[in-house]
Amino acid sequence: MNNLNLISPEIFISLSIMFLLILGVFKKNSSSLIHNLSIGLLLITGILILKNPFNSTTTLFGNSYVIDNLSSLMKILTIVGGAFVLSISTKYLKISQIFLIEYPILILCSILGMMVMISSNDLMVFYIGLELQSLALYVLASFNRDQLKSSESGLKYFVLSALSSGLLLYGCSLIYGFSGSTNFNIIGNSIDSTHYGLTFGIVFILVGLAFKISAVPFHMWAPDVYEGSPTSVTLFFAVVPKVAALTVFIRFLYVPFFNMIDQWQPIIIFLSIASMIFGAVAAIGQSNLKRLVAYSSIGHIGYALAGLSVGTNEGIQSSIVYISIYMVMNLGLFSCLFMMKRNDQYFETIDDLSGLSKNHPVLSLSLLVILFSLAGIPPLAGFFAKFYVFKSVIEQSMYFLAIVGLLSTVIAAFYYLRIIKVIYFDKESEKYDTDHSVWLKISLAFSTLLILLYFIFPSKLVEIVSSINII
Amino acid sequence: MNFPILSSLILLPTIGALFLLFSKDKNSNTGKYVALFTSFVNFLISIYLWYLFDPSTSTFQFVENREWLKGFVNYKVGIDGISILFIILTTLITPLCIISVNNTIKVRLRDFLIAILVMESLMVGVFCSLDLVVFYLFFEAGLIPMFLIIGIWGGEKRVYSAFKFFLYTLLGSVLMLVAIISIYWIAGTTDIVQLYELGIDTKYQNLLWFAFFSSFAVKTPMWPVHTWLPDAHVEAPTAGSVLLAAILLKMAGYGFIRFSLGLFPVASELFTPLVYALSLIAIIYASLVALMQEDMKKLIAYSSVAHMGFVTLGIFTITQQGIEGSIIQMISHGLVSAALFLCVGVVYDRMHSRLIKTYGGLVSVMPKYSILFMLFTLAALGLPGTSGFVGEFLILMGAFKDNFLVAVIASFGVIFGAAYMLWLYRRVIFGNLVNKDLLKIPDLDNSEKFILWSLAIPILFFGFYPEPLINTIEVSVYNLIEMYNFNLNMFGPEVQK
Repeated sequence: MNNLNLISPEIFISLSIMFLLILGVFKKNSSSLIHNLSIGLLLITGILILKNPFNSTTTLFGNSYVIDNLSSLMKILTIVGGAFVLSISTKYLKISQIFLIEYPILILCSILGMMVMISSNDLMVFYIGLELQSLALYVLASFNRDQLKSSESGLKYFVLSALSSGLLLYGCSLIYGFSGSTNFNIIGNSIDSTHYGLTFGIVFILVGLAFKISAVPFHMWAPDVYEGSPTSVTLFFAVVPKVAALTVFIRFLYVPFFNMIDQWQPIIIFLSIASMIFGAVAAIGQSNLKRLVAYSSIGHIGYALAGLSVGTNEGIQSSIVYISIYMVMNLGLFSCLFMMKRNDQYFETIDDLSGLSKNHPVLSLSLLVILFSLAGIPPLAGFFAKFYVFKSVIEQSMYFLAIVGLLSTVIAAFYYLRIIKVIYFDKESEKYDTDHSVWLKISLAFSTLLILLYFIFPSKLVEIVSSINII
Repeated sequence: MNFPILSSLILLPTIGALFLLFSKDKNSNTGKYVALFTSFVNFLISIYLWYLFDPSTSTFQFVENREWLKGFVNYKVGIDGISILFIILTTLITPLCIISVNNTIKVRLRDFLIAILVMESLMVGVFCSLDLVVFYLFFEAGLIPMFLIIGIWGGEKRVYSAFKFFLYTLLGSVLMLVAIISIYWIAGTTDIVQLYELGIDTKYQNLLWFAFFSSFAVKTPMWPVHTWLPDAHVEAPTAGSVLLAAILLKMAGYGFIRFSLGLFPVASELFTPLVYALSLIAIIYASLVALMQEDMKKLIAYSSVAHMGFVTLGIFTITQQGIEGSIIQMISHGLVSAALFLCVGVVYDRMHSRLIKTYGGLVSVMPKYSILFMLFTLAALGLPGTSGFVGEFLILMGAFKDNFLVAVIASFGVIFGAAYMLWLYRRVIFGNLVNKDLLKIPDLDNSEKFILWSLAIPILFFGFYPEPLINTIEVSVYNLIEMYNFNLNMFGPEVQK
């Protein structure tokens, strides 16, 4: 009974989902109520997570479910991300006429799946969590079902994701076959690295995971899905599932297979370098902001993976710091996207930003800060994120990775600069509406200030993250 | 001294910028007065700092040390004789830039002033940071306001120039970031004072030196990575060109002295011929290119490349005269090039043309302008009695001590310098007044007179009496060379001279 306390957040969120479903069925026109309730329930879940004991590692259900600092922190990140997505997208959903009760419920389902993924210590549990979150995401991607692009993106995501899940399952079965267990700890103890079967298993699972975080060369779905989905879902795609998948990456690589680092390290380095370069180069030609975000997120995942490839606690921590800062930057960027609205119509190409600085100085200043931060220019938060990653990379003398990574930031800087150019140097166009919801303004102000003032207390986040020691 | 005087120097302009940001009116003069007031107060503080400064010791003074990135990097600032002069140069040039916006900046004045003030904060930060990471932070952050200054208020090809400036500099700097982090893992600290004492293992020095060099060479700019400079200068508004020429370029020279010589003596010794070669090419090549320019700003931009060639040459002679000369040359070039760009700005505001052929015979229309322009022209070519002479003379003295041939070739640069500057002056000021539009333009107004005279006075003063400058830097430079030779004897006897 004592142990059940530890998974009270998961239990609570499952009950909330059922409650909201029932409420939605019986009460007419309850979208708004359910939307707000779901935000509140998410926050309560967050508080329940915070109540879990800090700095202790507990495993549940026959060692298949683990609660430790890593899982708590990542769950909180997921929940905060989810709550922000819900709170800033209300108006967008209303205008796009998809303000339905299913939307918050699906997001909660997906978050529940991610929480299971984050805590999983067993291949089976991990797969259950992964499928739960993916199923919710398929529906979310095609949520604007009247639009061809949205349906297309949902279908595309579903087909490709199913393929990758198949590969992932095949990897799981190989690992089970060669190690005799699905539990991470048992696999770790009984490992015999002379078995090539295990290596194959790892490769298959990494392919599946790389697909979920859209690392090159398994990124093909990302631009289309990002562009086709409703913008609020794109935001969700861009931040929240990545946090969960990255946690699984960490746990999967460092708990059972840490001894086989020689086998998987080159794979991660390759994924990282390929993502960084591809993300930077391919984004240059884009004109749609959502597509551009897709490519930029591919690039950013490359940096997070660079931290993961190192094989030290510092590396893991740096990549968690990276993904947290990345999340804040994307929240800010999408808040700006939600503000590009004129007469109930949203705009999403770079040219629509033309001369924004003359009509909307505050909005464009925030965008300036966010974009320079994404480009990794000091003294903004994005620089520190990269700095920590490369600090841990260079500690292990992986100079090649560091230099390639930093050179691709220069390439990436080009397309961020291009947006800034359009905002600040080009001729002004029509004004956008200014009747934004309070939450949208708060989220933009919050993320901009956090990015801008991060350099005053740069070690706060690192201190929190440094309590995570996996190895 | 408990009062954090250096931090207040860094912070004050930013506070002024914040004040402007929250002010309501966008184009009226109040914003300008606020900006002028903050930057002028900053100038007074820096003069007071010079007064408090003790030139008889080479240890860092007014040091502030605060925990910043926990257990890794401290926010550490402090100054010695070398950095204080650059700080004063920065705080002197900034208010002059702010006065000069009167005629040049017509749109979004408030935003422009904010950019200039933030820039001042960052530039002061560069010159007083005593930690590599802090230095990098200030060094790179300066790209953001400068990019905007060129891009928003620049000329026709401003977008191209702004991108070129940003990407060139960023590309150079990322390698420096790799080097800085590597130094942390090699030596265990990024604190410059500690690094001076510890020294860096010889086997790493060459690569690290190159990484720093890549950044500073772009910023200096040295041949062949100088091509961003003419574009940036030509397209930037007058105040932007002034900041760029007077201060931003000096960051690199300062970096060479502080980091390349201080941290990597063995590598510096090894690569001196490379720097000599590149500097000589810069001096000769840039001077020849300057001769052929038809655009005044471009001509001055190329002359900057040549002058910075002298600076790098002087630094790597590693003699007392050479390094002192380089520092004085940098200060002098900061004043002179600022003045020259302002002079071009004066006629550009009246005629909206930078082409030399637009002008000619200005002496009869603008006599006061012609006198001041002549003074700056002569200072640029290094006439005795101007600060330009002191610097060039000391550099050549240092060069003769080290390598006769190099010094002889460099001396040709002085002749070329005289050629292109005097030719420019002749074509613009003398000759027949062909362009009838010139007849209508007024001579200098009061604010222009004030700006140009406040640059002319120090140029003449330090030309006749360079003692205060030399006194300030002497001990620091001496100590730098001592340390350099000591490290060279310790770590690299095989490459010793």
